[in-house]
Amino acid sequence: MKMKSVLFLTIVISLVFKPDFSFAGYDYINISNPFLKKIPIAVPLFKAMSGNEKEILISREGADLLSETLIFTRYFKVLNREAYLEDSQKSGIVTSKVVFKNWTGIGSEFLITCGVLVKGGVVDFEFRLIDTYKETMIVGKRYKGRFSERRKIIRRFCSVVIERLTGNKGYFNSKIAFISTGSGNKEIYLCDFDGYEPRQWTKTRNITLSPAWSSNGKYIAYTSYKKGRPDLYIENLKEKRGVVVAKEGINITPDWVPGKFALAATLSFSGDPEIYMLTGNGKIIKRLTENWGIDVSPSFSPDGKKMAFVSKRSGTPQIYILDLNTWKTERLTFEGKYNTSPSWSPRGDKIAYSSMNNGKFDIYVIDIKSRTPVSLTNNAGNNETPSWSPDGSLIVFCSTRQGPPRIYVMTVYGTDQRRLLEIPGEQTNPKWSPRDIKY
Amino acid sequence: MQKNLRICLALVLVVPGLLLNASCAKKPVSQQQSTTSMDNRAIQTDIERQRAEAAELAKMKAKEKFENTDIYFDYDESTLKSEAMEALKAKVEWLKMNPVVSVVIEGHCDERGSAEYNLALGDRRAESTKSFMVDMGIAADRLTKNSYGEEMPISSGNTEEAYAKNRRVHFSIE
Repeated sequence: MKMKSVLFLTIVISLVFKPDFSFAGYDYINISNPFLKKIPIAVPLFKAMSGNEKEILISREGADLLSETLIFTRYFKVLNREAYLEDSQKSGIVTSKVVFKNWTGIGSEFLITCGVLVKGGVVDFEFRLIDTYKETMIVGKRYKGRFSERRKIIRRFCSVVIERLTGNKGYFNSKIAFISTGSGNKEIYLCDFDGYEPRQWTKTRNITLSPAWSSNGKYIAYTSYKKGRPDLYIENLKEKRGVVVAKEGINITPDWVPGKFALAATLSFSGDPEIYMLTGNGKIIKRLTENWGIDVSPSFSPDGKKMAFVSKRSGTPQIYILDLNTWKTERLTFEGKYNTSPSWSPRGDKIAYSSMNNGKFDIYVIDIKSRTPVSLTNNAGNNETPSWSPDGSLIVFCSTRQGPPRIYVMTVYGTDQRRLLEIPGEQTNPKWSPRDIKY
Repeated sequence: MQKNLRICLALVLVVPGLLLNASCAKKPVSQQQSTTSMDNRAIQTDIERQRAEAAELAKMKAKEKFENTDIYFDYDESTLKSEAMEALKAKVEWLKMNPVVSVVIEGHCDERGSAEYNLALGDRRAESTKSFMVDMGIAADRLTKNSYGEEMPISSGNTEEAYAKNRRVHFSIE
């Protein structure tokens, strides 16, 4: 059933009325600081093509969801609909019918028009992204799908918009795994990248911690006390079947090697918490750290050649980088007495982590070359466990700024910090999935 | 304490009984003799039973003490303090007297610090406790490590007093 509907949805027609402009010709979004100046964009209500009830419903609901998703990316400022000079139900959706000065006049640099036609349970969307100053269409797409798939379709066009304007595929098919106590126990939950459709994934009825996505998005490894001890579970996302690593002591803090069915985790059966490389079936390949004291929380570089981790070898918890070719380990963080939870950026150039100063955690990002740490949070409770969006533009993290621990998202510059979702209980330890998750 | 109380209670009940018997001199001799010997036997078994009960109680108390006495650590430390070593010596003695018992050594942390790091710190606390006890002659296979990190605090609040209570190793009998 699901397979069918996916196939059904993918009837996409690119509407190319003029030669398609290559991205290189434009400089829509300043890559060095893309969030500094938000791009003003107008998203009028979708035009109900035949005027039936369902079209009227989608007209507002769709325009709202599209606006919300554009705002989520932190690149745009969606102009208030009340300021629009024309009624989208009366104006045309094609570029040649657009009265550009009606949009530039209210300060809009871009316009998205959409016509929606609902016939026999099938929804037909016709989207256009228009540059109102250059008076050209940047991209046009047509999608047909079932009525129930309308949200998916709107998201898909959103991802096209972001790809055209940033040159980056975005994260519109990604998910976020996190821990929530809503059921009375710490369990793993999953939600869409923007907090939609949260649902409980594990039902361990016990303490469950540290979800980690495999790079193909098909497996999650985590620690749970299902059998009374902190054991490591490696499970297929869909089938929920897998293996358990249950050696004496702790079996914790998994992180998958990019592109491989292998992961690193801290095990303490030797008497000391050390990081080991394991197969996806839970067999030990080799020991990666050789040091008395705590070694924990591995995070691989996107090429899988290096591994950041936390070690107490210098007396306080600090972040180190192990080069898996040379087997050399170097210390990365020198400021602060308590640096933990490293998360390597998908672009490879930075590591986010949490640092405790005066008893409060804040999130920092350190550039690996310059070694300069920059704090992204400040004076807002504890801020911990950062995790990057797959395109490297956003960071999801846990904060106690409003009392109980909850999940927030911000840009990698620390701007636009907003709560991700509102569900009962406490939420901690978010992990952003790789780009495409089908679940 | 309670053991002594039981013995006192036993004496309070038994002694007046003996006095009462001694004062009944006017009763026929044979009857008095048989009554006394019967009473003595009853008293004897009663004392034995109470002694056994007291011993059982003492055993239970020792076991409870073993399980309920936690040992404490400094912030972000897993080295044993001298008080902790003293407490562990008593636990070792008890384990030696109860050679069939196996125990789980659970390491815990206060809420400060990261949850993941604290799982490892709890493990280090359990490990240093286990090594000490193995060194004192307890077979390693009787001692299993576990760590709850900061997941199971026994004292809530964010005062130094609460933190100190949570930085502990707890023992549970398997």
